Amino acid sequence: MLRVEAIRRSYGGHQVVDVQELEVASGEVLAVLGPNGAGKSTLLRLLLLLEQPDSGRILLGGHEVRRGDLAARRRMAAVFQRPFLFAGTVRDNVAFGLAARGVRGAERERRVAEAIAAVDLGDFAGASVARLSGGEAQRVALARALVLSPDLLALDEPTSSLDVSVRRRFRQDLERLVRARGRSVIVVTHDPADAFLLADRIAVMEAGRIVQQATPAELVLAPATPFVAEFSGAELLLDGVALEVDPPLVRVAVGRELSLWATAAPGTAVSHGQRVHVAYRPEHVTLARADAAADTSAMNRVLLEVAALAPAGSLVRVRLTGSIELVALVTSRSAAALGLAPGGRVLAQLKASAVHIYRAE
Amino acid sequence: MDLFVETFREALRLLVGADPYLWQVVVLSLRVSGSAVLVGLLVGLPIGVVVALARFPGRRLAIALIHTGFALPPVVVGLFVYLMLSRSGPAGGLELLFTPGAMIVAQALLAAPYVAGITLAAVQAVPPDVRLQAAALGAGRVRSLWAHLREARLGLIAAVVAGFGAVISEVGAVMLVGGNILGETRVMTTAIVLETRRGNYATAMAMGLLLLGLAFVVNLLLTRAQQGRLGPRSWS
Repeated sequence: MLRVEAIRRSYGGHQVVDVQELEVASGEVLAVLGPNGAGKSTLLRLLLLLEQPDSGRILLGGHEVRRGDLAARRRMAAVFQRPFLFAGTVRDNVAFGLAARGVRGAERERRVAEAIAAVDLGDFAGASVARLSGGEAQRVALARALVLSPDLLALDEPTSSLDVSVRRRFRQDLERLVRARGRSVIVVTHDPADAFLLADRIAVMEAGRIVQQATPAELVLAPATPFVAEFSGAELLLDGVALEVDPPLVRVAVGRELSLWATAAPGTAVSHGQRVHVAYRPEHVTLARADAAADTSAMNRVLLEVAALAPAGSLVRVRLTGSIELVALVTSRSAAALGLAPGGRVLAQLKASAVHIYRAE
Repeated sequence: MDLFVETFREALRLLVGADPYLWQVVVLSLRVSGSAVLVGLLVGLPIGVVVALARFPGRRLAIALIHTGFALPPVVVGLFVYLMLSRSGPAGGLELLFTPGAMIVAQALLAAPYVAGITLAAVQAVPPDVRLQAAALGAGRVRSLWAHLREARLGLIAAVVAGFGAVISEVGAVMLVGGNILGETRVMTTAIVLETRRGNYATAMAMGLLLLGLAFVVNLLLTRAQQGRLGPRSWS
């Protein structure tokens, strides 16, 4: 559907985007995930033909397109981070793009009504947009784009302007609407939750470059760099030193008199004595009573002390200290069953496949 | 105080009695100032929009000149137009001096900077996201620009109000280029000056009350339009 080849964009001598290759297949949802300032929004404006790259090509349906190509631009539609709604009613806003394309009369009315109903704003069709809440405004912006049945739908930080209380519901509705029509979608976001819920593939962006493109599962299980691991939600351990190498397994000395078995990321060659970064995800740490027998396949087991407990929705974040500092994420029920409390001791277990090792930089 | 009260009573009597002289002057005032505001809009609005949105060498100088226009003394503008339209002036052949046409020219020159300056501020105040969003929904350049200007409509109406205010109450320019000729170029402000000098205080006060009332009514209508009482508009 959309393909990018070696595009670059600079402002005032500062390179903001340098993407060698990026592709969105027909019917695919691609998330571009990265921190603020990574160049995501600039990349999106380039893809939407709202700006011209300094170099490189953008191909839509196999044909090169450039800024100013109105026909190509009309095959796409975007919802930006701040839902800027034009003065007027909800109906006026949803009809804007159709009016620009010359769609009139009964067909326009029908499509506008369907789009408004699809985002559950049927009661607000004639209302002034000045009266809408943030969540309602974002829905109108979404309807305004969906009504155009674009070949490519672009969403720029679709939930970041919403209150936490409405964000979850909107995210679920977004997933339903995005997937229902089987169209190609690009979601630009700094929130891993948006990316992991919505996307078939995720492209992680750092300092203007795409550092990894993978499915959500691949990203979690095999992040290519420490940045990808950290940004997709993993925790970084202290630096360690490789003590024993048995590819793909590596035993790494971390903490005080402790070593962990870890798995080297694909393409990462580690040698004995090399300094490395180690990363894992809190939800992969399992906890058991201190006196429990070791009956799992986890290669890493260590007795630690509970330093603090912090609620995280329906889960509990457990900070553990001792020969190493770890963070575990368990359900409230599990925390109660184990009798977790500050000062108590637990057996922390972590599979080697869940601990990722990178060559130290 | 007795003079004031008596003059006020007499002025009201003239107004209620629909004195033909009063209404002739009012109609001419509306024609001249209305035309001047229209010309000022035709000149000032595009200038304001272009200076707000375009980037070109000398843009800051252009903005400074527009703002300087706010402080133009009406009598100086009148002098300039007088010299231009006088028989020996470059536009003397148009034979506009001492006609409503000359007054419209002078007042339009007064109104245009107000219109341009306030339009500039109003258009600049609209976030550039508007055009970006319009373009991202498939709008071409013209429709994107129209979306931007529509968001600035409150400010654009304020520009009209400012332009009208600049011309309806000025006297220096129209006195110089119009000559205050009865039935030809006598408007409310020049009539007030003349009638006061003649001692016809009641007539002068009647004109003044009409001028105030007219200014109020026009601004009321424009304010209602600005505050949305005329209803939201739909795209077509």
